[in-house]
Amino acid sequence: MSHLDELESNSIYLLREAYHAFERPAMLWSMGKDSNALLWLAKKAFCGNIPFPIVHIDTTYEFPEMLEFRSWARDHYGFDLVVWINEEARARGIGYETTDPVTVTHELKTVALQQTLAHHKYDALITGIRRDEDSTRAKERAFSPRTADFEWDYKDQPPEFWNHFTTEVGPGEHVRVQPLLDWTEMDIWRYLDQEKVPLPGMYFSRNGKRFRSIGCMPISKPVDSNATTIDDIIEELKVTRISERAGRAQDHHERNAMQKLRAKGFM
Amino acid sequence: MTKLSDTTLPAGAPAAAAPSAGTAPALPHLSFVVVGHVDHGKSTLIGRLLFDTHSVEEGKAERIQAACKAEGMEFEYAFLMDALLEEQAQNITMDTTRVPFRTDRRAYTIIDAPGHKEFLKNMITGAASADAAVLLVDAKEGLREQTRRHGFLLSLLGLRQIVVAVNKMDLVNYDQKVFDSISAELREFLGRLGVPPTHIVPISAKLGYGLISRSEHFSWYKGPVLLEALEQFRSTPPAAGAPLRLTVQDVYRFDARRIVAGLVEAGSLSVGDRIEFFPGGKHSVIKTIEEWPARADGSTPKGPVGAGRSTAITLADELFIERGQIGGPPEDPPSVSYYFTARVFWLHADSLKVGELVPLRLGAQQGEGRIASIERTLDAVTLDASTGPATEVKRHEVAEVRIRMRRPLAFDAGGRLPALGRFVLMRGRRIAGGGVIDAALRDDAVGGGGLSANRVALLGHRGTVIWMTGLSGSGKSTLAQELEKRLLRAGVLAAVLDGDVLRTGLSRNLGFTTEDRRENLRRAIELALHLADAGVVVIAALISPFRADRAMAAKRAADRGIPFAEVFVNAPLAECERRDPKQLYKRARAGEIPLFTGIDSPYEAPLAPDLELRTDEVPVGESVEKLADLALALARPPIPENGAGADI
Repeated sequence: MSHLDELESNSIYLLREAYHAFERPAMLWSMGKDSNALLWLAKKAFCGNIPFPIVHIDTTYEFPEMLEFRSWARDHYGFDLVVWINEEARARGIGYETTDPVTVTHELKTVALQQTLAHHKYDALITGIRRDEDSTRAKERAFSPRTADFEWDYKDQPPEFWNHFTTEVGPGEHVRVQPLLDWTEMDIWRYLDQEKVPLPGMYFSRNGKRFRSIGCMPISKPVDSNATTIDDIIEELKVTRISERAGRAQDHHERNAMQKLRAKGFM
Repeated sequence: MTKLSDTTLPAGAPAAAAPSAGTAPALPHLSFVVVGHVDHGKSTLIGRLLFDTHSVEEGKAERIQAACKAEGMEFEYAFLMDALLEEQAQNITMDTTRVPFRTDRRAYTIIDAPGHKEFLKNMITGAASADAAVLLVDAKEGLREQTRRHGFLLSLLGLRQIVVAVNKMDLVNYDQKVFDSISAELREFLGRLGVPPTHIVPISAKLGYGLISRSEHFSWYKGPVLLEALEQFRSTPPAAGAPLRLTVQDVYRFDARRIVAGLVEAGSLSVGDRIEFFPGGKHSVIKTIEEWPARADGSTPKGPVGAGRSTAITLADELFIERGQIGGPPEDPPSVSYYFTARVFWLHADSLKVGELVPLRLGAQQGEGRIASIERTLDAVTLDASTGPATEVKRHEVAEVRIRMRRPLAFDAGGRLPALGRFVLMRGRRIAGGGVIDAALRDDAVGGGGLSANRVALLGHRGTVIWMTGLSGSGKSTLAQELEKRLLRAGVLAAVLDGDVLRTGLSRNLGFTTEDRRENLRRAIELALHLADAGVVVIAALISPFRADRAMAAKRAADRGIPFAEVFVNAPLAECERRDPKQLYKRARAGEIPLFTGIDSPYEAPLAPDLELRTDEVPVGESVEKLADLALALARPPIPENGAGADI
């Protein structure tokens, strides 16, 4: 059994546990590569079905090409798509044109997520975060509880071992289910390649540049790359020592910005 | 790609050394945990390994170094690992961290586990998923409390691949005598735990000696450096070659089919295999293996699906399978038991107490177990056992306990298939402890039948059969129904089993030939005994005219340890025929019902009934009280003086 097979089986196990344990689970989807791997795993876990809604937190700064992919994927896979925008914040004028990226991320992603949860009463959010993306994510649990105030109590995380997880929550609380925690960026690419998972074209080189990590338009920067196939990308990753999220401005705005964002409910 | 220039590096750091290269074949992924006493250098070791194998993202080391310089601190490799602000401020790892790194030969996941006792739950969270462990010991301090505790927990968690790194050798002048003395102590300690170390390696994590390349400072050391020692480890092989164990996570009905979804914990499964589900024992044949997306060539998977795989199957028969059951071959099933011994560790502030009913999860099974006894608690530091039974297991303690489940549990004990012998204990919504089952215990080992004792504990009484015999119309059903009400009011679970119950259901396919009547009675006896086994006071109200049949019922009950009383509901035939509530005598006299008891078939009255009730002489209420006295005396025996069964 290959390492990818192990990762796949473990992720499917987690998805099935989440679907069993929670009354109203939902899966977050950004159309990005990890998100698409997650969607693929869900299709596998539930034999071609996706038995929970797929939520996209739309910041209104999405790349048009990603929005096209969103419609295409919904029809292709056949799932219940929920799109949420923090209209209130946009009405107040919150945006990259006027505000710092940490605040914008908080308002248009975290607060938007809170609004979605309050509205739909989800008790579990399945996300595609990985431990190798950031050093605070490296300390995450597969089933990670969040308080009603959306807080991550990273100082007192519940124990988690032998495939047993925190599967019960109090009123207003929810659990982040994170089936891709053990995967690395390299694993994701190898898996996408192995499974021939459909992906947005922005990940591949055009005119000597490609996106390694795709977020909001104003703060996602492409990297120099001639990688036009997944094989090329894998070769590129073998030698790089630049972090995957280096192109994401909000992570680097201040020291430990990511920990602060995450403690407040960011993924 | 940038590199820290040698001049800006902390003293003694080598120019980033290449990991052991060569053309050796790639090894499978390995995850290893680094454990040991607080401040013995775990995060430093990991930071150094990452740095020396070029696994640190570009600029990170430089940034941290600049920050250290600004604050007048010495650069520490540990800062590469401790991500949370609190960790950086206190210079202590609080929660377990996983980081990938790779050499030319292998991809690794390093699990950094906190050494501080307060964060033991995080240490276990990290260590439980590792294939191997590095136990770190400070050369200057030697074995400390957490060194021993962690060693002990590694053995309990089932880790068998352990390398010891004796760190900070630079602080003892690379003295071989210090190393040898610590090695001897460690070999003795880990040997007693059954986890002898594969290698004991001298290192200086801070200076990078002995991790990736040899150091002239310990030329006296001939063994492998740390990375070489790790390369000798295998990733934990899923139990192949073992009998199938399929943990059922769920049964899906997305369409008309029932899809059984789960994880193959051991063995393998293929289409056509016979499979039985435990506890329960329902069995079928695997009809299909479900797979998405469908294969391009239109073929369907036949298996084998091996250990470690998540899978989904359908069965040839429509069985009611439940989450938690374990699928396995009928010829090599898991143990199914209510009662077992286990070693547990406890992580919650509220102690685990003897007599406590605690939620338990094993695989996808969820149940409640009573802590029947705490045989002894173990001091994980000294390995000294408490002298005798204890009343509680405190936080961070380890104990040998006996647990009695309310419902049966399927498992494989004694490390036969580790994944099937591990469980967690819950306190509220949280995992509060874990344990490993050492052996199933026989129910009769606990003085008076542990299996039914569970039900006695649940119901407050035991199952009993009150067998009422008498002519049709003698008043059996009336008395039976009144007795049922009377017992239910007294808090006793009672159920009537009479001719109507049988003839409209279980025996609907039977007629009234001698053969069919005998079969009907056989079914009545089986059902009565089964219900009584399940704790019910069964009130059987059946003509049962033949002494031999009633004697058989009594004997079968005695064989199974079920109290049984024969009650003769007696009224003269003339009186019964006068009452004739169902007009049966009339029809029998008219020849419509052949072989009717009392008319053209004999009734053999009991010779020595436990109770005789003359329904033509005694009022119903009085008879019911006599019956209730009899039933309660049997269902609620006096508690024996010697305390047998007192722990139920």
